[in-house]
Amino acid sequence: MPQDRPQMSEDDDGQSPPLDLRSAAIADPCSSSPNKSRNCIPSGAMTSQAFPDHVLENVLENVLQFLDSRSDRNAASLVCKSWWRVESLTRSEVFIGNCYALSPARLTQRFKRIRSLLLKGKPRFADFNLMPPDWGANFAPWVSTMAKAYPWLEKVDLKRMFVTDDDLALLADSFPGFKELILVCCEGFGTSGIAIVANKCRKLKVLDLIESEVSDDEVDWISCFPEDVTNLESLAFDCVEAPINFKALESLVGRSPFLKKLRLNRFVSLEELHRLLLGAPQLTSLGTGSFSHDNAPQSEQEPDYAAAFRACKSVVCLSGFRELMPEYLPAIFPVCANLTSLNFSYANVSPDMFKPIIHNCHKLQVFWALDSICDEGLLAVAATCKELRELRIFPFDPREDSEGPVSEVGLLAISEGCRNLESILYFCQRMTNAAVITMSENCPELTVFRLCIMGRHRPDHVTGKPMDEGFGAIVKNCKKLTRLAVSGLLTDQAFRYMGEYGKLIRTLSVAFAGDSDMALRHVLEGCPRLQKLEIRDSPFGDVALRSGMHRYYNMRFVWMSACRLSKGCCRDIARAMPNLVVEVIGSDDDEDNRDYVETLYMYRSLDGPRKDAPKFVTIL
Amino acid sequence: MSYRLLSVDKEELASSPGLKERNYLGLSDCSSVDSSTIPNVVSVGAKSNLNFKATELRLGLPESQSPERETDFGLLSPRTPDEKLLFPLLPSKDNASATTGHKNVVSGNKRGFSDTWDEFSGVKGSGGINLMLSPKITATANKDVSKCVQEERSHAKSGSNNAPAAKAQVVGWPPIRSYRKNTMASSTSKNTDEVDGKPGLGALFVKVSMDGAPYLRKVDLRTYSTYQQLSSALEKMFSCFTLGQCGLHGAQGRERMSEIKLKDLLHGSEFVLTYEDKDGDWMLVGDVPWEIFTETCRKLKIMKGSDSIGLAPRTMEKSKNKDGNPLRV
Repeated sequence: MPQDRPQMSEDDDGQSPPLDLRSAAIADPCSSSPNKSRNCIPSGAMTSQAFPDHVLENVLENVLQFLDSRSDRNAASLVCKSWWRVESLTRSEVFIGNCYALSPARLTQRFKRIRSLLLKGKPRFADFNLMPPDWGANFAPWVSTMAKAYPWLEKVDLKRMFVTDDDLALLADSFPGFKELILVCCEGFGTSGIAIVANKCRKLKVLDLIESEVSDDEVDWISCFPEDVTNLESLAFDCVEAPINFKALESLVGRSPFLKKLRLNRFVSLEELHRLLLGAPQLTSLGTGSFSHDNAPQSEQEPDYAAAFRACKSVVCLSGFRELMPEYLPAIFPVCANLTSLNFSYANVSPDMFKPIIHNCHKLQVFWALDSICDEGLLAVAATCKELRELRIFPFDPREDSEGPVSEVGLLAISEGCRNLESILYFCQRMTNAAVITMSENCPELTVFRLCIMGRHRPDHVTGKPMDEGFGAIVKNCKKLTRLAVSGLLTDQAFRYMGEYGKLIRTLSVAFAGDSDMALRHVLEGCPRLQKLEIRDSPFGDVALRSGMHRYYNMRFVWMSACRLSKGCCRDIARAMPNLVVEVIGSDDDEDNRDYVETLYMYRSLDGPRKDAPKFVTIL
Repeated sequence: MSYRLLSVDKEELASSPGLKERNYLGLSDCSSVDSSTIPNVVSVGAKSNLNFKATELRLGLPESQSPERETDFGLLSPRTPDEKLLFPLLPSKDNASATTGHKNVVSGNKRGFSDTWDEFSGVKGSGGINLMLSPKITATANKDVSKCVQEERSHAKSGSNNAPAAKAQVVGWPPIRSYRKNTMASSTSKNTDEVDGKPGLGALFVKVSMDGAPYLRKVDLRTYSTYQQLSSALEKMFSCFTLGQCGLHGAQGRERMSEIKLKDLLHGSEFVLTYEDKDGDWMLVGDVPWEIFTETCRKLKIMKGSDSIGLAPRTMEKSKNKDGNPLRV
């Protein structure tokens, strides 16, 4: 039970957290009956004579409890001190987009009753090896601080954080009511840490390991779940590169009546999948594992895979296919008509194998695939999936000079068939302005447009012109656009368009683009909502960087690597903006003659420069 | 096959449509380059030109040579992922601080290299750079040859130095997460196995550690078919630690390794490749036939020679092959 309560504000006697009105069933220590209104006043509260605002604040508390959206909450907290205080007391979920923007202590000082933490660490370009390992984003200080401050913590959702097994052990020990652990693109832990969570978090509902690097400690973590019926609703371990104990898994699934989402890793074979499906027909989201046989396929007595899928009437989300044997793909026919989400992005599926499948997927809204489906496959998608909202096409062969099976033909087809498209990520080798312009006209709902022409500086392959007009049309016509990633040959003109029309853009990714500082200036001066700016290998220098000083406090971060920045300029900015942490990554200590900045990563912070910066990071 | 690095500066292109000849540093006037600012990359190529082989870290058998090291510049990339292309780092030529700009361009990486040069060869930077100028210029300005091949991908796809050299790729481009690359790599190799009729066992990743290196790597043994290929690949992966030059990583690794590295290199490399077999014993790599090795190897470790002395007797016991020299590094 909780000890060492932190210093509470005068509004709370510190005995118990208030009832969370939305989930009164939670077993809080000293919780009283679920009766709403009066019980929010803590026992032994100060009388209204001593603190006249207290009644008001209690009323506020009742009301603000219902505010969910964090932007609403942020707005409410600005009204006045009283609202600020009450909002801080009633916020149960906190989102921190940059773990270095504030210290864990500051979090626990302001918010007293957090049940759910969403925390993001490294910048996205770290995914592409543009940052050395051991840069930071350690979960350790957060978990140790929260262990004391939020013993009732239920949910932790981390992205790009470094999490160790010890951190997981501390988490499992400190939060008896812990329910949801979501680790996306994280690393630093292994199956032993997962085993501890599985074993000790008895109320666990969600254990989602997504695209994380999990070391194989040769621990049978599946067997570590408690023996009795579990509360599991979602179990995703498709990224765990370690064999699992199938018998234990089967037993676990069998005693998890609430399990809706199950994403298996590639060590689960087709036969094993079959057995699991027969035991869990209530699944709504399935990651199929390897979708292939362990051994050489047997000729006799092959299980009826299609029947197993037929029994899963509720499956709407399908992924996996990590080692697909294409001849078994037709087994999924029975669920195709219900699918709203299909992820083939680890399956090398040819157009011929693909078309019969997609032909049935009329309800599909989210579709991820490899470019092995070719333009032909995209035409099929466009013909059938009229409800498509999100499309991601990844390259099977991610090299600059590989054969490109998809091109502007596929993009055009999608734009014509899927008018409700909201988000697209498209890797290709060749593209034309015309196709991009057409997409901008056909798909006005686009909020995310990420086009990656894999050859650097590649122009429109038909006209030979830069891709300025295409991206220009996107920012101009897609009035809801909030996220943009550009590629191909781009001049300053493209950026002029972005600055002029991209008024809602929050995230911008630039690589190998632009001619001069003016390009970046257009963006910094023209895009008032810009939050996250990541640039690599583009000729932007000090002049451009200085032109954005009026924006940096309003941005989450700026990343610029292999550009033309000088240390002097970065230092100037750091001096002029004391709440901005300016990290220069990859420079020597004996620096004075080394004025060149290889990587700049800067972000606002309430608590000054971090203390855990490794040697290769210089904070100016 | 050798080809020259071309850096494309778009400003340059706009102003002077013809191709500008540049050396690998991205500078068009190499004589103005101070030797002390030569980045790490120089070391590798120039090293081969300067007959550096005697002191370089090598994992091959004593009489063997890493194939294609000398001439194929494009493959000399490996190192840490953070060592990057030079071409986009070029500051504007119009910049008043052109000279300092030159220095700036080649920065980001350490001073250590020039010291190495001075110690080992006594040849100054400009000499080395001139040697680099000999390869022909390639025609397409847009295709830049860059340094760091992404290890996972290259291992998975080519798996050997003997494969036709894929065009060297830029770090982190295209922007695909390494998780996805690794996954595609492992499923690719599995499918290949099956096509060949062998039981599909998928990738065989083993961890590779090196004394003094700040972090582990993993290699997929199934992408190699000989010790030669494995040793070359490991050589590329870890050479930066021995020269202490690998930019960001080197900065860390160098601190720890400085006292052994340079000296060891001077005296002829003292690194030995060892592996832990399924009995848990540490053995020197190279004694058993390759197929048996892949089946029994659990982990790899690049040890300092002095640490591996204890292994020798055991290896002799286990080894029936009297010719089998342990892989010396």
